[in-house]
Amino acid sequence: MSGGPALERMTQGDALALYASGPWTARYAPDLETLVGDVEKMNSKSKRVLIDVSKVAKLDTFGAWLIERLSRSLAMTGAELRIAGLSANYSTLVDEVRRVKETPPPDREPVTIRATLDRIGRSVAQIGDTLIGIIEMTGALLFALWTVVRHPSRFRFTSVVHHLEQVCWRAVPIIVLITFLIGCIIAQQGLFHFRRFGADVFVVDMLGVLVLREIGVLLVAIMVAGRSGSAYTAELGSMKMREEIDALRTMGFDPIEVLVLPRIIALVIGLPALTFLGAMAALYGGGLVAWLYGGVEPEAFLLRLRDAISIDHFMIGMIKAPFMAIVIGIVACVEGMLVRGSAESLGQHTTASVVKGIFFVIVMDGIFAIFFASIGK
Amino acid sequence: MANPPNDAIIRVRDLTVEFGGGKTRVLNGLNLDVRRGEILGFVGPSGAGKSVLMRTIIGLVPRLAGDIEVFGVDLGTADSDARRAVERRWGILFQHGALFSSLSVRQNIQFPVREYLNVSERLLDEITIAKLGMVGLKPEVADRYPSELSGGMIKRVALARALALDPELVFLDEPTSGLDPIGAGDFDDLVMTLQRTLGLTVFMVTHDLDSLYTACDRIAVLGDGKVIAVGSIDDMRASQHPWLNSYFHGKRARAVVS
Ligand SMILES: Nc1ncnc2c1ncn2[C@@H]1O[C@H](COP(=O)(O)OP(=O)(O)OP(=O)(O)O)[C@@H](O)[C@H]1O
Ligand SMILES: [Mg+2]
Repeated sequence: MSGGPALERMTQGDALALYASGPWTARYAPDLETLVGDVEKMNSKSKRVLIDVSKVAKLDTFGAWLIERLSRSLAMTGAELRIAGLSANYSTLVDEVRRVKETPPPDREPVTIRATLDRIGRSVAQIGDTLIGIIEMTGALLFALWTVVRHPSRFRFTSVVHHLEQVCWRAVPIIVLITFLIGCIIAQQGLFHFRRFGADVFVVDMLGVLVLREIGVLLVAIMVAGRSGSAYTAELGSMKMREEIDALRTMGFDPIEVLVLPRIIALVIGLPALTFLGAMAALYGGGLVAWLYGGVEPEAFLLRLRDAISIDHFMIGMIKAPFMAIVIGIVACVEGMLVRGSAESLGQHTTASVVKGIFFVIVMDGIFAIFFASIGK
Repeated sequence: MANPPNDAIIRVRDLTVEFGGGKTRVLNGLNLDVRRGEILGFVGPSGAGKSVLMRTIIGLVPRLAGDIEVFGVDLGTADSDARRAVERRWGILFQHGALFSSLSVRQNIQFPVREYLNVSERLLDEITIAKLGMVGLKPEVADRYPSELSGGMIKRVALARALALDPELVFLDEPTSGLDPIGAGDFDDLVMTLQRTLGLTVFMVTHDLDSLYTACDRIAVLGDGKVIAVGSIDDMRASQHPWLNSYFHGKRARAVVS
């Protein structure tokens, strides 16, 4: 024998003897399972069964349970069963596993059409929950704002500055870089296609209107949703997971006032600032490409830009920014507060925060477009 | 695998551990032997570094100096195969449970078993229920998630997970804190049963005087980054060290003894 476990069978008339030997431990569990399974499958008709375990070198809970399983299934056949050679030590272990009742089957959800439909229905209903959550959060936020206005000493200035650093100051390099590149690309593409009509110079019009009115704010809002919205959700979510938010509440603090309000104020200040920087970087990038690639002198570019755009374009872009900040912040905080105890839930809500944040930003942009069109701007 | 001659399962020599680049020295030249088959109780004031020592032995905290051997293997220099072989033979109960929050209780307990053994779903489920029973939990708990458990239940599930593979050595960080006294007593019985039947070696950090009295074969005391005393409970009670004196003769200790 190669040191592994064994279970020898010996039949004598209506008596069956099983001799277990070797190590009956977790390590050999797969082998042991086959050994025990073979005996179970044999379906013996014996009236008396003896299980001799005196040669078992080592027994642990796996082994003890398999012996117990064997004796249970043999007892089911109505045989008279005896276990011999169990040392005092091992018998406590066997007693320990003997207390195990029939194991209830795990409730694994079956994959049926019904369950799928059920899931689809639930996720549709969840869209409604999100809207309600956003409305609720807006209400709670206004209330907290009102409290802070009445008691200015309760305003968390330090916290706002801290979050402003996180969402605005630290985002400057990446936002400037990306909007600069986008400005370059718009100008290059415009020049390439407009040149065919000899309309090179209209690139400046396109760049100015697009960047100041739409792309600048949209791009920056999307990046902030991905960068800071996800951070807000993860921060609040992990605080929720570790009961930190409950602790705050029991100390008499309003979590909305302490945690959510400073974050949203920071975004409302930060996003317009980033939008401005982003728009400038994009115009700079576009101007650079127009000069180097399109041969439009900087003076000509600036003159053309002054004619092409009015302050309205700039204002429209900037007006949108704080609203987008509020939407991103509220969605992120709502999702953070919805996190339940598990790491998986944290991940899901962080993803949802970014996806919904970007979705609402684009919806908002559409609504603003309709609004400005109808007032003729 | 070869074991050191004096049959010490864990051998720690001159261990020094620092945090914050030398700002706080938690362990300072610590020596400790844990013998095969014993239950070693580890005590010391809060913040003395008991958890840090445990985490250093299992290789989670880097050490500044010193040698650590577990099953005769130096985990600092061992290759990944040797490490895995050692990890297969120990079970660990963290101070805060450290259950996987996105897995159910059943999946938590089955996780190490699935990794190391190729057994049927049926046996996995049966073993899970058996382990849950051993730590005093009902089978119904198996499909709950950690966030739906009480503090004591989390401890028990974490213990069941630590014992899932029937290890030879278990590290327990305050296993009975958060358990009711009856549960804590059952827990001591379980550990002693496993020690007797499986020859389990237990490294147990505890503040529970009952456990120290009933379950532990030897007690080691941590103070000033060193083991300041090792011995039986009677040695501890006879010691003149001021901290030991107030620990084992304080009001609570008297209540346990009487
Ligand atoms: N990652 C870390 N960084 C810095 N310091 C740490 C770190 N982990 C632990 N410490 C410090 O090491 C010391 C020992 O901590 P440890 O958790 O080991 O205490 P303990 O003895 O287990 O206490 P308790 O009985 O309360 O659990 C403490 O002072 C703690 O602040
Ligand atoms: Mg500790």
